[in-house]
Formats: sequence, C-alpha cells, structure tokens
Amino acid sequence: MQEFTLAQILTNLLIATQWTIALSAIAFVGGGLVGFLLMLMRISANRVIKGISILYIEFFEATPLLMQLFLVFFGISVLFGINFSAWVAAAIALTTYTSAYLGDIWRGSVEAVPQGQWEASKALGMGYFQQFRKVILPQAVRLSIPSTVGFAVQVVKGTSLASVIGFVELTRSASSISNVTFQPFLVYSLAAVIYFCLCFPLSLWSRRLERQFSYDR
Amino acid sequence: MDYTPQFSVVWNNLGLFAQGIFLTLQIVVVAIACGLPIGIAGALGRTSHNRLLNWLATAYVEFFRNTPFLIQLFFFFFGLPSIGVRMSSWQAAVLALAINFGAYATEIMRAGIEGIDHSQIEAGMALGFNKMQIFRHVILVPALGKIYPALVSQIVIAVLFSSVVSQISAEELTFVGNFLQSRTFRSFEIYLAISLMYVGLVWVIKLIAYGIQQKFFAFTKYIR
Repeated sequence: MQEFTLAQILTNLLIATQWTIALSAIAFVGGGLVGFLLMLMRISANRVIKGISILYIEFFEATPLLMQLFLVFFGISVLFGINFSAWVAAAIALTTYTSAYLGDIWRGSVEAVPQGQWEASKALGMGYFQQFRKVILPQAVRLSIPSTVGFAVQVVKGTSLASVIGFVELTRSASSISNVTFQPFLVYSLAAVIYFCLCFPLSLWSRRLERQFSYDR
Repeated sequence: MDYTPQFSVVWNNLGLFAQGIFLTLQIVVVAIACGLPIGIAGALGRTSHNRLLNWLATAYVEFFRNTPFLIQLFFFFFGLPSIGVRMSSWQAAVLALAINFGAYATEIMRAGIEGIDHSQIEAGMALGFNKMQIFRHVILVPALGKIYPALVSQIVIAVLFSSVVSQISAEELTFVGNFLQSRTFRSFEIYLAISLMYVGLVWVIKLIAYGIQQKFFAFTKYIR
C-alpha cells in the first residue's frame, strides 16, 4: 500500500483550492451583476418590479444554501430534463445566493444616501438615471465597499457546500484524501488552515475599510 | 418539459416533515442555548485587559468565523475520533453549531459591551440610582436592546446552517428530504417544499422576535 507524505497531501489540497477560488470568483462576479440588477429593481417606483426583487431576496435569504444547491442540481434537472454538471449547478446556486445578499447590502447603501441628494440633483435638472449614476451611486459605492468585501468571506465559505453535490474543490478533496489516508484529523485541519488563509485577509481588509470610511465621514 | 410535478409525495409525508422541523428546531435551540454562554464568555475575553484571555478569545472568534461550517463539522465528527474523542452525529452537530454560533455571538456582544457610553452611567448616578438599578436599567437592558436585532439575524443563520448537519447524518429537516428523495426520486417537489418550510420557519422566528422587541425593547427607537 502506498503511503502519503504530508507534502503530497498538502499539494493535492492546494490544487483543489484553485477550484474553490475559481468558484468563489464566478459566484462573486455573477452574483454582483445579478445583485446590481436586483438593487435597481428594489429601488424602482414600479410596484411589480419592486415586488419581484423583494420576493427573490426574501426567498434566497431565508433558505439554506444547501437546499438551493439541491434544488438546482436535483430539482431543476428533473423538472426541465437538463442535466447540469456539478460545476454548473454549483455556479448557478452560488450566484443566486450571492446576488440576493449583495442586492440587499447594496439597497441598504443606496438608501443610506440622504434623500436630499436625490432632490438636489433633481433640482439641477438631471433625469432619474443621471441622478442615480452621477450623484447617488458614487456615494453608495463608498458606503457599500466594507460590507461587500465582508460578504466575500461568506461566499468563499459557501463554496465548501458545493462538495456535497460532488464538485471537487477543497472540502471534497479533503474528504477524499482523508478517506484514503485515514488521517481525518490532519487533513481537515490543513483544509481549515487553507480556508483561513483565504478568508482572514479578506476579513481584515473589510474591517480596515470600515474604519477608514467611518473616519472620513 | 414532459415532467409533471406531483406534490402528493409532500402531502403523504407531512408527518415526516413535521418531525424533521421538530428535530431541526431541537438542534438549533440546544445549540443556541449552549452558544449564548460561549458568546458571553467570549465577549468578556475580547474586552478583557488580560492579554492571554484577550488573545484566546480573538483567536477563537477569527478561526471559527473564517472557516466553513462544513469543515468545522467534519473536523468534529471525523477528525476528533482519530485522537480519541468520540461523539454521535447529533452531538457533533450541536457542538459544531454551538461553537460556530458562539463565535458570531461573541462579536455581537462585544459591540454591545463597548457601546455603553460612560456618561450614561454618570447620568444614572445623578438620578440617584443605586448600583443594581444602574446595572439593570442603564447597562444591561439598553445593551441587550442594541444587540438584539443582530442576535436575531444570527439565530436565523443558525437555522439555515443547521441544514448542513444532514451531511454527517444527523437527523433533521434536510435529512428527511434526502431520505424521501432517495426513495421517491421526486427531488424537485421535495426540495421545493423543504425550501418553503425553511422560509416559513424563518418568518415565524422573525415574527416572534419582532413581538419580543415591541414588548421589551420598544425604547430602542429613542436611543442611538
């Protein structure tokens, strides 16, 4: 029987980490795009558009990410007869999950910009989109950056659930390696340390941004 | 689309789902009951002037907030037995959920402790309150009122996280779903129904929390 060295275990975990990072990046970019759209819908004056956005956010914020993964991977494939690979299903589920939270965070930032700013830009003769793009958005982006970076940590941690539907990323790879080497204590500790190395800098960065921006105001 | 959803699998197994909801609530309630004292101890550590305690509490919070819950769960259930600490899947589930919740609760409570303005205490003294009255009316209740919304959100997150413990075969709502799915292959109907049950659970918790806030912490709208 082949023995595995610590270096081999670590190398394999790090190879799998690339997929964790790739999935996080896709979820964050995709979630950001959809989240931005949700935020626009959420602040719309049209009740139907607003309602759709509220329902979407409420649903995805009140269901476990694991359930969303199951719905996409098992549910949608049965319903529409499309067979998603674990990779595609994980990307879709994490994108919807991220979009709901980012949409909510960004709505909060837009609403935190004083109402007077809208009125002032209106008084200057700007149209709705001009008001939003040139006056409100730049201020809202500033307010939203710390919590957006903070949420990136949740996304990285969330990708670990993709292992459940068979997508091979860090957690899945750790499970497989621990099954082969019979060293679950070592392997899961290493995986935890790798996740920590990914997430902790993001957490620190988010906190630093928060401090910076709160001094400026 | 030739697939016709049939929700009879949901109606026929309502008892099983109800049992799943009960087990989910049981795990969450026990985990939070254990996690809150951990959070209080952690917050005292985080605000302590003792360097060692402060460092320990900080390390605990940072480590558990920056690693995925699933890895923590696997570590407790698969990792610890290899060094001789054995536990059932239910115990591992509650332990992992409690320690995870405790880390977030620590940060929430620390903010509550640090948020108390010293001039408030002086104002209390000026009004002739004794020490117990100051602790109760000026420190404890306002601090609780301030951290209450964040604590409720964290409890909701704990309910959602509890679905993950199905992965070590701890029985709860998601476990019931996986069990039924493997027998009937009605995955869409079952997972949709369970998702809606989680939405319902979260709403009920939020509603109860709102009621409690109106009754005990209605004053928080007047303080910053």
